[in-house]
Amino acid sequence: MSTLAQKKGFGAVLWDYLTTVDHKKIAILYLIAGGFFFLLGGLEAMFIRIQLAVPNNDFVSAGLYNEILTMHGTTMIFLAAMPLIFAFMNAVMPLQIGARDVAFPFLNSLGFWLFFFGGVFLNLSWFLGGAPDAGWTSYASLSLASEGHGIDFYALGLQISGAGTLIGGINFLVTIINMRAPGMTYMRMPMFTWATFVTSALILFAFPALTVGLFLLVFDRMFGSNFFDASMGGNTIIWEHFFWIFGHPEVYILVLPAFGIFSEIFSIFSRKRLFGYSSMVFATVLIGFLGFMVWAHHMFTTGMGPIANAIFAVATMAIAVPTGIKIFNWLFTMWGGSITFTTPMLWAVAFIPSFVAGGVTGVMLASAAQDYQYHDSYFVVAHFHYVIVGGVVFALFAGAHLYWPKMFGTMLNELLGKITFVLFFIGFHLTFFIQHFLGLWGMPRRIFTFLPGQGLETANMVSTVGAFFMAAAVIIMLINIVITSVKNEKVGNDPWGDGRTLEWAIPSPPPFYNFKQLPLVRGLDAYWLEKMEGKKGMSPAEPLGDIHMPNNSFIPFVISFGLFVAAFGAMYRADHSWGIPVLIVGLLITLGSMFIRSVKDDHGFHIHKEDLEDNNDKGVKA
Amino acid sequence: MANQQPNSGNPRVDIEYRRKKSAEEMKHQVITFAMMIFLTIVAFVAAGYEGFSAWFIVPFILILAIVQVIFQLYYFMHMSHKGHEAPALFLYSGAFVGFITIIAFLTVIWW
Ligand code: HEM
Ligand SMILES: [Cu+2]
Repeated sequence: MSTLAQKKGFGAVLWDYLTTVDHKKIAILYLIAGGFFFLLGGLEAMFIRIQLAVPNNDFVSAGLYNEILTMHGTTMIFLAAMPLIFAFMNAVMPLQIGARDVAFPFLNSLGFWLFFFGGVFLNLSWFLGGAPDAGWTSYASLSLASEGHGIDFYALGLQISGAGTLIGGINFLVTIINMRAPGMTYMRMPMFTWATFVTSALILFAFPALTVGLFLLVFDRMFGSNFFDASMGGNTIIWEHFFWIFGHPEVYILVLPAFGIFSEIFSIFSRKRLFGYSSMVFATVLIGFLGFMVWAHHMFTTGMGPIANAIFAVATMAIAVPTGIKIFNWLFTMWGGSITFTTPMLWAVAFIPSFVAGGVTGVMLASAAQDYQYHDSYFVVAHFHYVIVGGVVFALFAGAHLYWPKMFGTMLNELLGKITFVLFFIGFHLTFFIQHFLGLWGMPRRIFTFLPGQGLETANMVSTVGAFFMAAAVIIMLINIVITSVKNEKVGNDPWGDGRTLEWAIPSPPPFYNFKQLPLVRGLDAYWLEKMEGKKGMSPAEPLGDIHMPNNSFIPFVISFGLFVAAFGAMYRADHSWGIPVLIVGLLITLGSMFIRSVKDDHGFHIHKEDLEDNNDKGVKA
Repeated sequence: MANQQPNSGNPRVDIEYRRKKSAEEMKHQVITFAMMIFLTIVAFVAAGYEGFSAWFIVPFILILAIVQVIFQLYYFMHMSHKGHEAPALFLYSGAFVGFITIIAFLTVIWW
């Protein structure tokens, strides 16, 4: 039910969103919060590029540069890319499998608020004595030596938001396993749902490694343990292993949903079934599996020895195979299709060469002997921006245009969308292509300035100019969003005209119960099948009946807020006498609200059959 | 969403069949329970007996522990029943990832 159409007061809308357990509204929350952090991380990126535009620049000091660089990476990965991906998973996946919501709506909301408060906590470090400054990888030798509370903000903030991510991942897994509509077998699930499934499994297995690593770090920094302190019998390399056992799967957690979004786009706008669907599923699962076997390619130069290096090098190169399968399947999907170059399709087509370039440099980095040359140079920076921006960020832009009508019921302007694309595409390659060469010419990564006369001036200037193109693209996208929301021209079920999967069979945005009657799925691309047989919508799989819905709840917000308070207490425990009491109060808030949730019965409510029948004329059908 | 709850709650299931099934299960549980106690005693004896070296005792007890976990999962937590394929898959994947991690730590860091 659209909140816009009902003309509620601002306070009521706010309260609705603070307490909502509806996956579609939580998706919007993720989109807003993730979008905000994306802008913040983008601003930090601009500062980095301004500082590096000319040699010997003093736009920011060395210490501040380290903070900005660290926060850029941390924000972009944990607070922008992840939540934006979660936004699309929440908005689309339940609709794609024909479910009325995720399996645990309450936990869905809890996951969001934990992420949100973790992110806010991390960013408050700017105002409370300085941000973390040991890089997004926070290697232990650096982070244990870092003064002030920056690293504590990092460790505690990520711990809280990481718990939210883990909850979200488990929720998606259970949803996909248990709540598929009748007829929706595993091998009929849309590619984006498959990607969500494998990604959630990766989250389930990868995030605990980060959790453990962060706990050890917190103990070393705040409670006097010595897990990572070599002078006390610890080992600083252990952090690197924990971080990358999490960190490499994390890059696939980001990119698999991107692959999913692009798979949908290629088949929608080529008006063809996805080529090699089963091999796509296989490749996705295989990438997920191999993603756990390769983490040490980030540590070739730590002295693991030739055997370990060789094993991890070969394993890393093996990932190129399933990735290649996917690339060829996308190309064959377009082959012979009737292609329309809408904005999402432009991003998708541009994604292929950009991502392949990143994959090629990945294989270069994967050969351990060569990596000794590339490691910690701008070449690595170029590599991961090619895969992360060319893969993930392109997908987020494409997904935003593709699913905007499903999420908000309005269509983003195509012309502005294409301008955004062109500017961003030019800016992206301008910024990062030259960085390969900067790396090969010897520019180390994570330096705050460079000297004149070393042949690095022009290339750095080019890179900075590119960054401004990307900034302009993002601003135009924002203008597009404002114009679209003000115009507020509503669209129908299937605004692109060629929707193939279940989400396009219901109104945009869908009613809050999604499907009046659960749809009967008769094959892959269920809605397309029905359309090809001349039907208007899905055939229902059940008679019209009462629908059971969960009640809204403010408790997830309070639980997360309690942890937010407790984190401050834990951090300032050693400096101020109020630390311990604040820690206790925070935990009491959290545990108390969990207790209330456990003892208070909340059975939800029913939408009655008669009320559903009234809506028939509005075309709200299964 | 009646079609989404394959087990339990359905009044029309065959009571007779259920009773037989439960009795059989009870028998299995009692047997495994006895075996688990026996294995625990064996473990204590192995640790207490002077004649074994640590190189025998530690792997031996670890093997007993694994057997106990399997008993626990299959006979008490019903993983052998139908409809537990997905939990089984994730359990084994998780065990596998944990195993890889420990192997890597043992070989790459501490060896
Ligand atoms: C699919 C998306 C991918 C993403 C998101 C990604 C991301 C990253 C990131 C963030 C780093 C830098 C870590 C750091 O030092 O801070 C990195 C490094 C690396 N990537 Fe990728 N990568 C991807 C694909 C690949 C592929 C396909 C390969 C190889 C086949 C690969 C091989 C490597 C290697 C070997 C390094 C280590 C470089 C070094 O630090 O010396 N990556 N990747
Ligand atoms: Cu990696």
